[in-house]
Amino acid sequence: MEEKNVFVREVAEKKYQYGFTTDVQTEVIDKGLSEDVVRLISEKKGEPQWLLEFRLKAFRYWQTLEAPTWGHLKMPEIDYQDISYYANPTAGNSGNSGNSGEIDPELMKTFDKLGIPLEERLALSGTAVDAVMDSVSVKTTFREKLKEKGIIFCSISEAVKEHPELVREYLGSVVPYKDNFFAALNSAVFSDGSFVYIPKGVRCPMELSTYFRINARGTGQFERTLIVCDDDAYVSYLEGCTAPMRDENQLHAAIVEIVVKENAEVKYSTVQNWYPGDAEGKGGVLNLVTKRGHLRGRNSRLSWTQVETGSAITWKYPSCVLSGEGSQAEFYSVAVTNNYQQADTGTKMIHIGKNTKSTIISKGISAGKSQNAYRGLVKVAKTADNARNYSSCDSLLLGSKCGAHTFPYMDVHNNTAVVEHEATTSKISEDQLFYCNQRGINTEEAVSLIVNGYAKEVINKLPMEFAVEAQKLLGVSLEGSVG
Amino acid sequence: MAEDIRQYIDFYAQAGKLICERSCEVMNAPRAEALRTFSALGFPTKKVERYKYTDVAEDFAPNYGIALTPLQVKGLPYCHRISEAPIDVTPYYNKQADNQDALVALNTMLSVDALVIYVPRNTKVEHPIQISNILKGEQDTMVNRRILIVLEQCAEADIVITDKAVDQSRFLTNQVIEVFAGDGSHLNLYEVEETHLLCTRYSSVFIQQGRDSHLHHTSFTLFNGHTRNRMDVSLKGEGSEVILNGCVIADKTQHVDNNTLIDHQVGNCQSNELYKYVLDDSSIGAFAGRILVREGAQKTISNETNANLCATSSARMYTQPMLEIYADDVKCSHGSTVGQISDEALFYMRQRGIPEKEARLLLKSAFITEVIETIPFEALRDRLHYLVDKRLRGELSKCEGCKLCK
Repeated sequence: MEEKNVFVREVAEKKYQYGFTTDVQTEVIDKGLSEDVVRLISEKKGEPQWLLEFRLKAFRYWQTLEAPTWGHLKMPEIDYQDISYYANPTAGNSGNSGNSGEIDPELMKTFDKLGIPLEERLALSGTAVDAVMDSVSVKTTFREKLKEKGIIFCSISEAVKEHPELVREYLGSVVPYKDNFFAALNSAVFSDGSFVYIPKGVRCPMELSTYFRINARGTGQFERTLIVCDDDAYVSYLEGCTAPMRDENQLHAAIVEIVVKENAEVKYSTVQNWYPGDAEGKGGVLNLVTKRGHLRGRNSRLSWTQVETGSAITWKYPSCVLSGEGSQAEFYSVAVTNNYQQADTGTKMIHIGKNTKSTIISKGISAGKSQNAYRGLVKVAKTADNARNYSSCDSLLLGSKCGAHTFPYMDVHNNTAVVEHEATTSKISEDQLFYCNQRGINTEEAVSLIVNGYAKEVINKLPMEFAVEAQKLLGVSLEGSVG
Repeated sequence: MAEDIRQYIDFYAQAGKLICERSCEVMNAPRAEALRTFSALGFPTKKVERYKYTDVAEDFAPNYGIALTPLQVKGLPYCHRISEAPIDVTPYYNKQADNQDALVALNTMLSVDALVIYVPRNTKVEHPIQISNILKGEQDTMVNRRILIVLEQCAEADIVITDKAVDQSRFLTNQVIEVFAGDGSHLNLYEVEETHLLCTRYSSVFIQQGRDSHLHHTSFTLFNGHTRNRMDVSLKGEGSEVILNGCVIADKTQHVDNNTLIDHQVGNCQSNELYKYVLDDSSIGAFAGRILVREGAQKTISNETNANLCATSSARMYTQPMLEIYADDVKCSHGSTVGQISDEALFYMRQRGIPEKEARLLLKSAFITEVIETIPFEALRDRLHYLVDKRLRGELSKCEGCKLCK
């Protein structure tokens, strides 16, 4: 018994293996949020006047808003004046300046430890990475190689300088700053993130990926990602994230905008593993993100795949606006909550164009004392003749103290639309467990097997390297939750 | 004070005394509190989650004359005016209704009389009890209707409540029904609404079920103007079962909003919900069904289905089936669909010589039949089949089935 306890404790302690901090000289601006801070951020990044104005407009609008409370979440009070809005870990060096810049070896080590080697020869072949720590992009790999094909993959700060016409055209066109409270906040103070542009007819030869890391204490991360996929182009984009273990809640309020044009296809995958807080629910990242894709062209396609295992609170709805005729959108999600984690996540599918199609597959797994909610909207506008939606959201409950909830909304304004929704909630059946036990598989492993089987439909949609990581994550996130 | 509630508050200031005189002690007691709640809350706006799809203030805005006539209950077994009830109703009246709801508060404030249906323990009511609400009058009228149903241990009853309007005036009904279903009781409760386009109905039904009780509620909205039905069911005793069904046929500018909550407070209970809508012309349908399984309510089985047929492109459907679950050993599912009449089915029927119009009617009627077939009485089933058929053909007149002027 004693021995078992030791083992369990070991497992529990190693649970969040990305919880270390990096000791690196970081330039952090004073806490607080005001017009001056917005100006300061803009100045530090050397931004043009139009972008500063965009930020200020967003900030002034944000000041008129109140934080939303409608989520099925118990949100800690966020003091927006107690957060530093800019932290630069490359202060000692020049930051991301393409391939030439020197990177602090400490930072290199950090990303190595996270399994994201920044040296191209060490990297997994076929994946280009933009590594973002706190408010600054540290390095973007394989840029030259991508450039040959005309693909632009860089941090958004560089894009503002090098491709201002593109950024100006698309920034805020999918998620306007008036969209919601957190979108307005992000539009005012956003720091780094990735910019991707795939030109007409180009199939991106490798997976593009951004790795987000929060390191500095008392800061929040407000990254902004913009992906534009021109006619007949294709890209697969991955996003990963981790943060150190801290007692305080750290705020992460990002915006991801995707523009998909005629016959183009974008796959966006996320493995979200922000620090979820400890077993008592202390600390953890508040993940309040606005993600939206606009399917502008005919027959365009977009798929969101997300594996959500981290964060104390996850509150996001990666959405698709299907305005191009015949466009198709997919949403695959696995959300795991354990201990005191809370998630209120799902998607919005807004059908505007004719013959549009969307599929939603959502799998929620709740354990410990966590609350896991699926909330989704399927809206069929009057113009969306023959729109088709299929949604299925299942919840799996492990333990009697957790909660699983489903709140689907369906607004149908067109009689030729066919919209279906189904949901089930259940626990792992005793028969399944018994069957595994009988064959010598212990309960913990059996649960892990069953959960993986349950989530397979979604994990299969991830690129291979991510799928392996996601599977491991699922196992780790649920460890100690059985029995 | 918001402007929209002023006419009701002013009315109460003038007529409050008269209301109290015509009413009885148990109904007068909560009035002052209800007035306070109503004035403080005002009509719920669309920002209130449960009233998202209905504009309450607009429905209550017209200047209605408010009916203050006491009930006339004669010769109906088990039915009584509240002042003549055979039991002390204090532990029941206004005990279950959601007092934080402005519409319930308004009803509590303005109701003059209440109908009490009381079935003593181990009593089986032989014949179904039918209550007909007939809206009549040349003036635009608002009616506050209050019904209290108490079934003691192992009592059994079947109750049919029908809403009809005789005159072409505007009518606004604000009804509150409280049901106390004791341990082992069986209650079948049916509501049938056949009014006209100028009628607005707000109904709030609160049901509380004891151990091993069984309740079957079906609401039929066959013809109406604006309707908003709220159903709250609390399963308080283990082994209880509830079936909540509903069907809606709407066309023209009709608006029907059903909002239900099934609260599984204890384990080993079952709930089943089936709502079906057929929407034509520019009608608007809304359905929000929330199933709440509280912590510790293990072995709950719950199914919720909402299926909708939109026959025109201007009809709108909002549907929102919700599961909120805090216990792990449960089996819950919900499903909802919005679709149209299948072309294959139409083609099949036309191939066999059935004209398109008739084929559409048959398919709509078959769609609704699933709900009607759950009713255990043949007589009521036949009647409803007949009414639905007539309704779909557009032949349902307001006087159908009413003997008042014959």
